[in-house]
Amino acid sequence: MFLNLDKVTKVFKTGTFGGQDLHAVEDVDFGLTEGEFVSLIGESGSGKSTIGRMILRLTSVTSGVIEYRGKDISEFRRQSLKDYYRQVQGVFQEPFSAYNPIFKADRVFRNVKDEFFPEMDNGRWQDKVQDSLGAVGLNPDQVLGNYPHQLSGGQLQRFLIARALLLDIDFLVADEIISMLDASTRIDVLNLLADLKEREGLSILFITHDLSLGYYISERAMILYSGRILEKGVTEKIFRNPLHPYTKLLMASVPRIDKKWEEVEAELEEKQSDIDSGCVYRDRCSFQEKCKQCEEARPELREVEENHYVACHAQEED
Amino acid sequence: MALKTDDLRVYYQTLKGDVKALDGASFTLEDGEIMGLAGESGCGKSTLAKSLILLKPPMKYVEGRVRLDGEELPIWDDEKMNSFRYKNVSIIPQYAMNAMNPTRKIGKMVKELLKSRGISPGEKRDELEHRLDLVDLTRDVLSMYPIELSGGMKQRMVMVISSLLDPSLLMADEITSALDVSTQKAVSEMLVEFRDKDFIKSLIFITHDISILYQIADSITVMYAGKLVERAPTEEITGRPLHPYTKLLISSLPKIGAKYTEEKLEGIPGKPPELLEPPEGCRFKNRCPKKEEECDEEPPFREVSPGHKVACWKVKKDVS
Repeated sequence: MFLNLDKVTKVFKTGTFGGQDLHAVEDVDFGLTEGEFVSLIGESGSGKSTIGRMILRLTSVTSGVIEYRGKDISEFRRQSLKDYYRQVQGVFQEPFSAYNPIFKADRVFRNVKDEFFPEMDNGRWQDKVQDSLGAVGLNPDQVLGNYPHQLSGGQLQRFLIARALLLDIDFLVADEIISMLDASTRIDVLNLLADLKEREGLSILFITHDLSLGYYISERAMILYSGRILEKGVTEKIFRNPLHPYTKLLMASVPRIDKKWEEVEAELEEKQSDIDSGCVYRDRCSFQEKCKQCEEARPELREVEENHYVACHAQEED
Repeated sequence: MALKTDDLRVYYQTLKGDVKALDGASFTLEDGEIMGLAGESGCGKSTLAKSLILLKPPMKYVEGRVRLDGEELPIWDDEKMNSFRYKNVSIIPQYAMNAMNPTRKIGKMVKELLKSRGISPGEKRDELEHRLDLVDLTRDVLSMYPIELSGGMKQRMVMVISSLLDPSLLMADEITSALDVSTQKAVSEMLVEFRDKDFIKSLIFITHDISILYQIADSITVMYAGKLVERAPTEEITGRPLHPYTKLLISSLPKIGAKYTEEKLEGIPGKPPELLEPPEGCRFKNRCPKKEEECDEEPPFREVSPGHKVACWKVKKDVS
């Protein structure tokens, strides 16, 4: 495993004197393989951002272990932590506050050079900046030398992704990075992430509240609620056949432009009643074609010979 | 008809000159209609809503008429508008979470509000409780301070307050964008219920999220850079958008069941023009894939098929 979370829990102290415990994240287990694109889907307060922040070491872990390439990240100090940040970076929801409005936007690149590449000469550094701006689809001549207010939200967000790429990262935590952007630009940033994954083999943890975005972009998805993972797996499977009632609720609530809420609700109910009424084994059953009843009614346990019971419609016909 | 605006222009005054945020909006809203108003940030959709209820500096009334239920709405006159606000026109503001006075208990605030409109609070007591039930709030909230309520609860409380006097026109300004998907759905459906129960006659629902409008709106109006670019019944505009901007906007929406690896979506290149000195002619021309010479002249907002209006030279009349 490239990144592995093992029973990760985060407890925040709340109340006037910190007397109450808030379990923001509870016993979360998941792993990411190299070059994988995983969505972490949850509503506000689900703990999704806390998980991202713990991976980035911005928040401490109460119990459990986060391992990156087999090493416990909580043990990283000074040089090893700096090395960790060379490989793992985060981009967050709101691009505007990452910039100081009185300095030019490309100052964020300068800071990376001072911190991580103090030795590199300026010519080579400029080439590197140009490359990474190119990688996020920005034209360096157009965007360099501008102040933050002269750039759009989408451009500022790409700037921050370019900044992360300067470090030759192999893992990016993208926390709600497009929710503040307009519909016309958000899809570009999303496509950019997918391209980076494909071109550079970047692993991405995409944290979002929006199921359709999660579906569009990720190979695997996890549904988080109140600090716990309720359902996880291959994205298509979760979306085609949501099993947890909460996942179903989410699926029914997400506004779509191809189906009305009532239709989605009706569909999900139908699916539910399918499973409620049909034979529980029918999806794997080799007799399935022979017996239409399997979809409609749950077979009763019947005695087919003395002291031998079976619950199968195929046996009833005899 | 409930509302009719005629060539409404409202600018923002800045040191550099006027920002032409709303530059000639003409539309009519029928009784009982829920009109969705969509567009990117800065397209003027909030300006349109604000100008219909509280037009204050730096906003500047330039020209245009507004009629509500056959009566002229004197939007340029702050004082005259006072008798219309809340009773005839009301709004659920964008940051409804912060719309309530934090130092007053909610019940007291509602009383003060009613008194300021010359209505005795006792008269509305039953109705208020009835509506709290409708939005799933307990009556205890009236003896609470706003800080004791969650974001979604505050939102619903403001919905109740804004519509308590049965205004003819209610406007909801981006009220769902800060909410979780399950709350979004609940809040949107409650507003539809307000209309169904005749608390309000018509609703303008403003959002950048067209998929929510598809769920609840009867018609959708799309704005771009201070202009109306398309207006049609919901099914028509989502199924058969005509303006290049609307087309791009709708096709850039990720759909459930669409995957990056199978069907790559495209954004809209470029960004909206500065409204301090907007370009001549069509304001979308610089981002438009269909741009031609005639686009340097401003396209009229005209009806191309019954109920379907669009402002684009490239759309021919009655294409079907």
